[in-house]
Order: sequence, then structure tokens, then C-alpha cells
Amino acid sequence: MDSTKPQSPPQTRPGVSANAGLPSIVPKAAASDATAREAVFTLRDVQVAYGGVPAVENVTFELSKNHITAFIGPSGCGKSTLLRCLNRMNDLIPSASVSGSVCFYDQDLYAPDIDPVQVRKRIGMVFQKPNPFPKSIYENIAFGPRVLGMKGDMDEIVETALRKGALWDEVKDRLKTNAFGMSGGQQQRLCIARTMAVEPDVILMDEPCSALDPISTGAIEELMLELKKNYSIVIVTHNMQQAARVSDMTAFYNVDKLEAGKRVGKLVEFAPTAKIFTAPDDPRTEEYVTGKFG
Amino acid sequence: MSVIPESALTRRVVEQASSGQRTRDLLFRAGLLLCLFITVLFLGVLVIDVAIDGVPLLTPEFITNFPSRLDASRSGVRPALIGTLYLGVLCAAFIVPIGVAAAVYLEEYADANRWWNRVIEVNIQNLASVPSVVYGILGLAFIVRGPVDIWGLGQGSPTLLAGALTLGLLVLPVVIIVSREALRAVPPSIREASLALGATKWQTIWKQVLPGALAGIATGVILALSRAIGETAPLILVGATAFRLSDPTVDGPFSALPIAIFGAAGEPREEFQILAAGTICVLLLVLLLMNSVAIYLRNRFEQKW
Repeated sequence: MDSTKPQSPPQTRPGVSANAGLPSIVPKAAASDATAREAVFTLRDVQVAYGGVPAVENVTFELSKNHITAFIGPSGCGKSTLLRCLNRMNDLIPSASVSGSVCFYDQDLYAPDIDPVQVRKRIGMVFQKPNPFPKSIYENIAFGPRVLGMKGDMDEIVETALRKGALWDEVKDRLKTNAFGMSGGQQQRLCIARTMAVEPDVILMDEPCSALDPISTGAIEELMLELKKNYSIVIVTHNMQQAARVSDMTAFYNVDKLEAGKRVGKLVEFAPTAKIFTAPDDPRTEEYVTGKFG
Repeated sequence: MSVIPESALTRRVVEQASSGQRTRDLLFRAGLLLCLFITVLFLGVLVIDVAIDGVPLLTPEFITNFPSRLDASRSGVRPALIGTLYLGVLCAAFIVPIGVAAAVYLEEYADANRWWNRVIEVNIQNLASVPSVVYGILGLAFIVRGPVDIWGLGQGSPTLLAGALTLGLLVLPVVIIVSREALRAVPPSIREASLALGATKWQTIWKQVLPGALAGIATGVILALSRAIGETAPLILVGATAFRLSDPTVDGPFSALPIAIFGAAGEPREEFQILAAGTICVLLLVLLLMNSVAIYLRNRFEQKW
């Protein structure tokens, strides 16, 4: 991909692979960490297309366990599309098709014998707009464990999930009230807690804070840092400070404008977050993170 | 003591509207009001006229007596009212599962890009506007002389069940259309939330989408039912009769309120015209009651997203 772009700013850094020749500013821990950790997702040359028209292509990377990985990039670069193919939510759009290989641990998620419902049990998702069910707080949490037939005391499952969502103290006295009465930030934490209740391995977050105020955003970021001890998290965000604050690894996507007004998203750079924000290999990444476009 | 010259205070900055503009505005408003007035006037006159004749008849005996072709003063609506209630209940039992299931298929499963699904969709809308007398013929040919006869229930004679099925067919398209609208009002984000938790499509529809659409579906079903029980033509064709002297049974001959109105109005004697007015009052009360329930359900259970 380096050969195709115009070399607008003088290239001071050689375009080399993520871990080789790191500038000193990248914490050593993050770099060595990334190689030692088990890969949760391994993507090889993934392309997602809608009705045969590619929306994002050329995506190859490994996402590590217990990491927060941020997807950043301008609108239309396919980062949400890619996120949704990690738990097969794209299956809901009949015209969507995925090629290349998306492996979750060692299993190909798009193998014919894989049931998307089983995939989503292991890989939870939190959406852009808080979307609680129009039911009580308790029922919102209990829905997942019930439909999955999870054994155990439901009250305990609900309490555990709400504690994981850092919501228990705020709502323990009104578990039976409708979730629609909560603030936006609380609703989003409820959605995170609801995802926790089914005990997934991975949580995908699609711009989880874009509808929230800064204080609620802070609460959710804190929560994410707490959760990554036990979960792997992938977050799509438009907020670059957020990516810089919470993530370990960052993937930068960009839009390639093709002939006839067609656009396709491409993965430009995937590296430790500190590197992306301080010493990216690709000039487009630098332009984006410094606010020159997007 | 003013230091500002008076001319500055009265200086016109904003121009006055021309009188022509104002007149046109006024005329437009008056026109709208007139249209509304005509609508309400006709409805009001109709209801008041019927009420003046009919309301004095509304005694307990009128409700519990059997009809009489000989003596209008002893005539009542008992078999017709019971027949109408039976028709409503049976019709609901028929249209709710089938109509809602069809709506769920079209809304949640059908791929709108496939031509056959589009054909079905357009035809359901067409079916909703087919005149009721056509459904009456259909009911006579395929229900009275069809399955109901085959099951040996009515031996080819009119039965209440055949009437209920015919009315059901008549309003089924309406039920499907309103149910689809109610399902569509459930935001896609709710479906995504449920599926992302590992729920199956069936669990998502059954536990999240349908409960969310319930108020809309119930309201639509009740409004469809109130159309069904007000219908006359299909019931005439499937053989309901006005002056029945026994209570209806599901597998036997029956009467219904619209049929009783039609029968009484067909009698030349004036006391029977008043009898028709009284029966209309009963039918209107039943419909009013059903619509009130629909409004209550909508206000009480409607989900704001």
C-alpha cells in the first residue's frame, strides 16, 4: 500500500513492519507484549462487500488477548463494517459478503459449519446508541443468560454483571424499574453489563461513547480499562483522544477514492497505539492523527 | 420629558401586510373549517337521528328478548347480539395467529428483493380493498359449501363458524398490514441487541420484537374486528338471518346485529324502522366499546422508543 500513495510530506521514517526499528518513545512493554500474547482474532486479507461492491479490503492483522484495540479512521473507511464481521453481525444484511479469513483463536468464523448465533455468544457487542430493551434493569441483564440457558442463581448473575458494568451501586435499589428511565451513560453501561452477563471472550464496541457526555465517557473508558483484565476489547471510535487513552493497539483505516466516485476502505497501519500517535510509519496516519484531515 | 423626537418612535420598519393577503389567509382558514364542519355535521345528524329513535328502546328487555316479526314492541336483539359476540371472538381466534404470523414472516424473514415477496406484498394491499360482498361469495362457495361442509358441521347450510371465517378472511389483510407496521416500529437496534447476546432469531422475535409490537398489533386487531362485526354483505351471503328465534351455536344457523338492522329496516311498518334504530344503537355501543379498548391499549402499552 505504500507504493500507491503520493509522498506528500518528506518521509522521515522508513515504512517498515510494526515491531521492527521502533522509535524509543514506544513503551517496550507494549511492543514485547504484543508478540507474547495469544491472538484472539487473526485476519488475513479480509474484504467485506455489499452487493458485490467492496466496502473495506486488504485487512490483515492479529488482535491480542486482553488488549484493547482501537479502530480509527475517517467516515466511510469501513471500520464499523469490519467490526461487525468479527461477530457475524454483517450476516443480518443479506447483500453483505466476507472473503479472506477471519479466525477466532484457531477457528475460521466463516467456515460453513459455524453457526453465527454460537459466534455471538462468545463475542459480544455494544452499539453506538445505547439500546436497552424496554424492560426493567433486571430483565435487561437476565435476558441473555435466560436465552442461553445459563445455570445458576439469576439474582447473582444480574448482580455480578451490574458490578462488572460499574452500575450496581447506582441501580441496586431500582432493579425493577424500566431501563428507559436511566441516563444515556447509565444505559450504555447497562448495555455493557448486559454483554458481560453472557460471559463472552471478546467485546466489540461500535463508537460506544459517541452519544454520551464527557463524564459518562470517562466512566466507560475507566470501565474498559478494568474489563481488559478479563476480556479482549475492540473499539471503533471517532475520538482520537479516546483511542490514545484506552487502547493498546490501534488500526488506522483510510478511504481510497477510486475512479467513478467509488470508495473503498483500507487498513493503512496497525501498530501499538503509542506508535500510531507519535511516530506512525505512514504519512496518512500522521496527517489523520494530527488532525490534517478526517 | 422625551429627548427622542416623536418621529423616531413611530417610524415604520416592518411593512404592514396588504389587506389582500390577509383576506386570502382568512378565506383559506374558513374553507378548512367548512370542510371539517360538513364532516362532523353529517356524522352528528346521523347519530342524533338514530339516537332519538333508538335510545328509548334500550331497555334490558330489548337486549334479552328474541326478535319478533309480529310485534315490534316485544322484539329484542338477543340472538343477534350473541351472534355478533361469537363472531367477534371466533374471528379474533382465526385472524390473530394467522395475521400476526404472516406479518412476522413478511417483516422479519422475507427478502424484499425477491419478486415473489413483492408480489405477495402488493396483493395483500389489494386484498384489503376488495369489496366485502366478494368475500361473501368466497365464503359461500369455499367455506359454507367447502371445509365446513366437508367436516360435516353444517351439512352445507349456513353456520356461525362459516360466517366468522368469512369475516376473518375479509379483515385478515388489514390485520397483516397493521401488524407489519407495529413490527416495523420496533427499532432494528433492539433486534441487534438481542442477536448480539447470542439469542436466536426465533428468541429475538418472540421475546423482544413481538412484545415491543404488542400494543400496536392489539390496537390494529381490535379495529379490524370492529370493521368485521359491522359488516353486513358477507353475512347475508353466507346465510345469516334476521329474525332468529333461538340462540346461535358455532355449528348452527345464526344472526348478527348488522343483519338484524338490515332485516328490521326491510320491514315496511314504521315500528320496525324504530326497531332498526334501536339495534343500530346497540351495534354502535359495541363498536364504541371496542374502539375505547383499542385507544386504552394504545395509550397504556404503546412503547415509546
